[in-house]
Amino acid sequence: MSVKDLVDRYCRVDKLPHIWCPGCGNGIIMGAVIRALDKTDFDQDKTVIVSGIGCSSRAPGYMNFDTLHTTHGRALAYATGVKFARPDLNVVVLTGDGDCSAIGGNHLIHAARRNIDLTVVVFNNSIYGMTGGQFSPLTPAHSYASTAPYGSIDRNFDLCKLVQAAGGTYVARSTAYHARQLVNLIATGLNHKGFAFIEVVTQCPMYYGRRNKFPSPVDMLKWQQEHAVPVKAAAKLSPEQMAGKFLIGELHREEAPEYTAVYETDVIAKARGDIN
Amino acid sequence: MNSEPARIELNEKWCKGCGICIAFCPAKVLVAREDGKPLVENPEACTRCGLCELRCPDLAISVGGKQHGGKN
Ligand SMILES: Cc1ncc(C[n+]2csc(CCOP(=O)(O)OP(=O)(O)O)c2C)c(N)n1
Ligand code: SF4
Ligand code: SF4
Ligand code: SF4
Repeated sequence: MSVKDLVDRYCRVDKLPHIWCPGCGNGIIMGAVIRALDKTDFDQDKTVIVSGIGCSSRAPGYMNFDTLHTTHGRALAYATGVKFARPDLNVVVLTGDGDCSAIGGNHLIHAARRNIDLTVVVFNNSIYGMTGGQFSPLTPAHSYASTAPYGSIDRNFDLCKLVQAAGGTYVARSTAYHARQLVNLIATGLNHKGFAFIEVVTQCPMYYGRRNKFPSPVDMLKWQQEHAVPVKAAAKLSPEQMAGKFLIGELHREEAPEYTAVYETDVIAKARGDIN
Repeated sequence: MNSEPARIELNEKWCKGCGICIAFCPAKVLVAREDGKPLVENPEACTRCGLCELRCPDLAISVGGKQHGGKN
């Protein structure tokens, strides 16, 4: 599909151009989500996009679906409610690293634990963009933030490992640079029956980039290109060779009972008296 | 492959001149204008790989197809 056709079909054209800064990765990821949705068979009118608060969480405002722009950290709680009430809907969550791993961290582990059928795309730009560059739980240790003028001493989460350990059944990571791979990973996540989690390492040139000596968005994409290692290639590398690098690709996939399906068979059917 | 040079269209209103499409075009089709926006210098070298479209944060460049704000 041409870019114009994609935009006409899946974007609220009257809301464009978007307000994100030049070179911000949010637009690349939003484009990938749209392309991934286009690859699947889900009905556009039965797809709901939910977000929290942050620059990244503004994405649904530009997308021509039923959308919910909720409160900071609570996107997964709202999305759980939507999916629980209407399991027939395809529910997608777009969230920032702060939104999802700091204030929303508890919602994240419990949504993963339940294996509820949501597709979560985390825009990990390593920072709180909207509020001016405070560090988040995903800010790499020793990098700079408005709240870490000497470098952050906090160790950052590996959010993919966290979600897998909590019970998420599809876990993948990509970057804004690897946009083609990203589209495919999101499409696979959308088709996965269960909790699908895709972390996207992306760039905030305005607050993370400036403070961490990236002269331009292009330099931030080059960093992604140089530090991301595909799962297969990583298998041949030593821990020393992997130091400072991160994995991209499908990291985990398993089949497990899905929450709303179990609710139907183990609660609703019993309450109706179909079985006891 | 199509022997006609690719028609690459830019949406002038949406493009923010970030330079991403220019820097990562594998065929060096695009060069930067003074305002940082892309100028199609070598359309005949374009392989229609689509990477500029995928990586443009502003949905502002298209290869072969129509574009918002484009001439067609
Ligand atoms: C309950 C509450 N606490 C704090 C805020 C202020 N706030 C708005 S956005 C944000 C963080 C945004 O960071 P992130 O989720 O990483 O998204 P980004 O802007 O980087 O895309 C914060 C702390 C808020 N809006 N609501
Ligand atoms: S502040 Fe950062 S995350 Fe927010 S729009 Fe600008 S570049 Fe993007
Ligand atoms: S389609 Fe590929 S080769 Fe053609 S201009 Fe875009 S990035 Fe360059
Ligand atoms: S990537 Fe998009 S916004 Fe950036 S310079 Fe190219 S066309 Fe313009």
